[in-house]
Amino acid sequence: MHNLISILSKPDNVPIVLMLVLTIFYTWHSLSRASKNDAQGSPDEAKLSDKVQVWPYLVKVEFLAALLVMAILTVWSITLNAPLEAPANPSLTPNPSKAPWYFLGLQEILVYFDPWIAGVTIPTLIILGLCAIPYIDINPKGNGYYTFRERRFAILTFCFGFLVLWVSLIVLGTFFRGPGWNLFMPWEEWDTHRVVALTNVDWSELFGVSTRRIDDSLNPAAMAIGAATILAWFSLGFIFYFWKRKTDIIRKLGPLRYSIVAALFLIMTALPVKIILRLTLNIKYILVTPWFNV
Amino acid sequence: MLGILDTLREKVQKTEVYKSVFRHNYQDTQRNRALQIVDNVFLHLHPVRISRHATNIGFTWGMGGITFLLFIVLTVTGVILMFYYRPAAEYAYDDMKYLMNDVAFGPLMRNMHRWAAHAMVITVMLHMFRVFLTGSYKAPRQFNWVVGVLLLTLTLFLSFTGYLLPWDQLAIWAVTVGTNMARATPLLGSEGPFGPELGMKINNDVRFVLLGGTQVGPPTLLRFYVLHCIFLPLVGSTLMIVHFWRIRKDGGISGPDPDAKKN
Repeated sequence: MHNLISILSKPDNVPIVLMLVLTIFYTWHSLSRASKNDAQGSPDEAKLSDKVQVWPYLVKVEFLAALLVMAILTVWSITLNAPLEAPANPSLTPNPSKAPWYFLGLQEILVYFDPWIAGVTIPTLIILGLCAIPYIDINPKGNGYYTFRERRFAILTFCFGFLVLWVSLIVLGTFFRGPGWNLFMPWEEWDTHRVVALTNVDWSELFGVSTRRIDDSLNPAAMAIGAATILAWFSLGFIFYFWKRKTDIIRKLGPLRYSIVAALFLIMTALPVKIILRLTLNIKYILVTPWFNV
Repeated sequence: MLGILDTLREKVQKTEVYKSVFRHNYQDTQRNRALQIVDNVFLHLHPVRISRHATNIGFTWGMGGITFLLFIVLTVTGVILMFYYRPAAEYAYDDMKYLMNDVAFGPLMRNMHRWAAHAMVITVMLHMFRVFLTGSYKAPRQFNWVVGVLLLTLTLFLSFTGYLLPWDQLAIWAVTVGTNMARATPLLGSEGPFGPELGMKINNDVRFVLLGGTQVGPPTLLRFYVLHCIFLPLVGSTLMIVHFWRIRKDGGISGPDPDAKKN
């Protein structure tokens, strides 16, 4: 138990607790406003569309908010010192070595993917995908008020990405990862010498096709299985397209926007799929090539 | 006693100096309230009149404004910290110790800089969450959302580059873990897909450019310092100007379409 307290009381982990509390509160708050708006048919925000003067009605709110934030920040800064550990020493690696807390979700993905995916490709796709949102979400409804019914797919997808893949993985990386990046329950002691058996196998080996041949060269059959699996995953996008192409929404999206949505969505959902494959079947790689592994 | 103060105030308010500084008093008229906003360089970021729901903290959560406030706090405390901090490996850590132990209000300034930075990462994420949930990125605000995503990325970079500056174990190892990813960059990293095929080695790939060396060392400290104190704040401020300007030009914060009710 004292391990949990020592993690929680690390000054740099206070923000994570703050983030968790605020995220849960605001998720509940916005969903309850959305369900109220949906239930009554017209949004509450529309009832408050009359104009008021910024001085004093908005300036007052801003001033009070600034006062409150400054008060909290001042008390926080007086009561809690920013961490300052021993001087930098390149020859003494701490175990575990953790990135700043907001990158711990990405560091957690590193368990399941090679660095070129977890550390470079996924962050890039997150940024590009976020930028693309306004251009691929062509639903004109739900602009400027809380709603859930009018934008189910958009809100569920975003909440899954933000709450599950970003916030929860940060919490996992902070509170559940100890020495050697091994999984420790928060109440467990961190055992630096814990031994974890490496029982991971590659995807093709589930079907009895070994990744490498006896002379250690790559087995083309294994590569073919891996490539076929990945192709099959992304072909779900094509199958869905031809199944639903007559529907209004797909027709309005058009092939280009549809393929961007489908690609981003399939990449995002492949992430938890790989995590689950690792945790249940100990799958290391789906595809092994001489240049990169997936 | 109060009578004297009142006469004094009236006298002061009639002087040329006072009138040249404060052009408007607190007369409670529509016209005066409007002038308070448009005649003030800081307040004129706002329109004169907005719809009532835009003042509702339950709608906006105030997260964008709080983020901007924290940016100002960080600028002020950051400038003060710069007076005491030298970005060289032999001085940096000692300057931190000096700041925490001997400088008057040093710990307060440093703590406030660090906690405001962490808080800003949180508020910027929550701001994006709110803007998504209210669909505020929809037409005509599509591009402002993109500017916001860039600002979010810059906030993370600002926080990350600042993380190295204390030059303690926490700093170099967190930054080592973070920047190690760069060597796996496809094409541009020495360990990334097709990197070696393109001639990427540990001493010429993208990570080397970022660190100014093959590991986190004194050149990295200087690089991150310049990025943290000059380059990223300048880019961030420029994007913030665009972000705020566009909010105004797109009709203030989003709200339900007033014409929608009629249909």
